[in-house]
Amino acid sequence: MNPIYSRRRRKDILIRGLCFGAAAFGVTWLALILITLFYNGLAGLNLDLFVADTPPPGSTEGGLRNAIVGSLIMTVIGVGIGAPLGLFAGTYLAEYGRNDKLTSVIRFINDILLSAPSIIIGLFIYGAVVVPMRGFSAIAGSLALAVIVIPVVLRTTEDMLLLVPNALREAASALGLPRSLVIKRIAYRAARSGLITGVLLATARVAGETAPLLFTALSNQFFSLGLNKTMANLPVTINNFVQSPYAYWKQLAWSGALLITLTVLALNIGARILSAERTAK
Amino acid sequence: MAVQSDVIDDAGPYDRAKALSAFKLGDVTFYWITRLSAISVLLILGGIILSLIVGAFPAMKEYGFAFLWTQRWAPSADPPVLGALGPMYGTLVTSFIAMLIAIPVGLGIAIFLTELCPQWLRRPIGMAIELLAGIPSIIYGMWGFFVLGPFLANTFQPFMIKIFDGVPVLGAIFAGPPSYLSLFNAALILAIMVLPFITSISVDVFKTVPPVLKEAAYGVGCTTWEVVRSVVIPYTRVGIIGGVMLALGRALGETMAVSFIIGNSFRISSSIFAPGTTISAAIASEFAESDGLHQSGLILLGLLLFVLTFFVLAGARLMLMRLEKKAGN
Repeated sequence: MNPIYSRRRRKDILIRGLCFGAAAFGVTWLALILITLFYNGLAGLNLDLFVADTPPPGSTEGGLRNAIVGSLIMTVIGVGIGAPLGLFAGTYLAEYGRNDKLTSVIRFINDILLSAPSIIIGLFIYGAVVVPMRGFSAIAGSLALAVIVIPVVLRTTEDMLLLVPNALREAASALGLPRSLVIKRIAYRAARSGLITGVLLATARVAGETAPLLFTALSNQFFSLGLNKTMANLPVTINNFVQSPYAYWKQLAWSGALLITLTVLALNIGARILSAERTAK
Repeated sequence: MAVQSDVIDDAGPYDRAKALSAFKLGDVTFYWITRLSAISVLLILGGIILSLIVGAFPAMKEYGFAFLWTQRWAPSADPPVLGALGPMYGTLVTSFIAMLIAIPVGLGIAIFLTELCPQWLRRPIGMAIELLAGIPSIIYGMWGFFVLGPFLANTFQPFMIKIFDGVPVLGAIFAGPPSYLSLFNAALILAIMVLPFITSISVDVFKTVPPVLKEAAYGVGCTTWEVVRSVVIPYTRVGIIGGVMLALGRALGETMAVSFIIGNSFRISSSIFAPGTTISAAIASEFAESDGLHQSGLILLGLLLFVLTFFVLAGARLMLMRLEKKAGN
C-alpha cells in the first residue's frame, strides 16, 4: 500500500480512537459520580431523613426535615419572583422590542448574567438586602435565587417566542385582537411547553445552588418558617456537614446530596422530554 | 374561542367604546410590565456593580493598587494586611489547567458526536454529557473531597512527582508531597464541570457547517480527521473560541466545587500539587465570619472576579454573535 496513504489512515484511526476515548472519559465521570452518590447516599435514605430535624454534633439520630423544607420554601419563593420577571422581560425582547437597540443591550447583559459567578450574586444580595435588614434571612436567600432564575427564564422565553410563526400573530391581529392579547392568548399558548421547560431548567439550576446562600440565608439547626430569620437549607447544610468530623453528619450529607442530585436530574430530564415532544410535533 | 375575551364580556355587548378603551388600557399596562421587567435586567447589573464598589471602597482606600501584588493575607493582624495575589494566582492557574484538560476532551467528544458516533448512540451520550452540566457544583465539590482527592493523592500525584523528580522547571511544577487538597485536584474537577459547555457549543457550531463542504472534502479522498481539521474546525473557529471563553468564564467563578478541595492556603507555591485558594473559595470560606476591613477586602476580591469574568464572558458573547451573523440569523 502507498506509504502516504497508510500514514494518513493510521493518523485518522488514532484520532478517531482519541475522540472515542474522550467520549468514554466524559461518560465515565457521570457514571462514577452517580455510583458513589448512590452507594453512599442510599444507606441513609429512610423515613427519618424526612421527618426528623438535623441532629446536634455527635448525635447519631436525626434527619434533614428542616433543611428540606427550608430549601423548598426558598426555591419556591425564588422561582415565584424570578420566573414571572424573566417571562415578562423575555416577552418584551421577543414581542415588542425585536428591532430595538435596548433589546440587543439587554440580551447581551442577560447572557453575561446567565454565566456570572453565583457567589457574586450572593455578595450583591448581601450588600443590597442583608446589610440594610441588619441580618441574614430566608428572604435574602430567596432573592439571591430569584436573581439567578431571571436570566435563565428570560433566555428560554425569548428563544421560544421567536420560534412562534409570525403568521399566527398576524392572523390574530387581523381579527382585531389587541397586541397584549395576541401575546397572551396566541404566542404564549403556542410556546407553552417551551416556556415551562425554561422554568423547569431554572428551578433545576437554583435547587442545588449553594454559594449565593452561604451569606444570605446562612443556615441553622432548627425547624423555622420565618422569612426574616436565617433558614436551614439543604446545600449549606451539606456544605457544613461534609467538613465536620462526625461520621453521622457525613452520612446525612451524602443522603442530602443524593436527594438534591436526583431532584435536579429529574427536573432536567423532565424539561428535556417536554422540549423533545415539542420538536417532534 | 380565543377571540372572546373577558374584557368584552365585562364591558357588556353594546358598549364598543368602553371595550376598546379597556383593550387599550390592558395593552398599555402589559407593555409597561414587560418593558420594566426587561429593564430590571439592567438594574440588576447596575446593582451588582454598585453594591460591590460600595462594599469594596474601604479596602480600596486602605490598600490601593498594592492590593493586587501583596501576597500576605492576615485578616486578624492589627491592622489587617490583605493582598489578592494568592487568590488571583490560584484562580488563574486552576482555570488554565482546567481549560488545558477540558478543551481537547470537549472538542474530542464533539467530534465524536457529530462525525463518528452511530445515530442510536448519539442521543444517550449527548444527554449524559449535558446531565454533567446539570449536577450542582456542591456535589462535585463533595465528590472531589471524599473520592477524587484521596484517589489522586495515592496514585496520580506520586506517579507524576516521581517521573519529573530532578527535571528542571517541570520538577518544580510537579513537586511533592502529594496532597488531598491541591490546585491540581481543583483544576481537574473544574475541567469535568466545564466539559459540557465546550462540548454542547462545539456540537452546535459543528452542525452549522454546510454538508456540501464536508462532502466535497470526503469526495476528494480526505479522511475523517482531515475533514475535521481542514474544513470543520476552520469554518467554526470563532464559535469554538466563543464556547471556550464561556467555559473559562464559568471556571473562573466556580465556587463550591473548588472550595472543598483547594485547601484554602493563601501562600503561592510553584507546585500544582500544593494547596492554594481561589477568589471565590476565599470568599465562600471567610465571608460569613468576616467584618470591617476584612469583609471589605473580600468584597474587593469579588469585584476583581466580577470584572475578570465580565470581560471574558463579554468576549465570548461577541465571538458567538459574530458567528450567528455569519450563519445569517
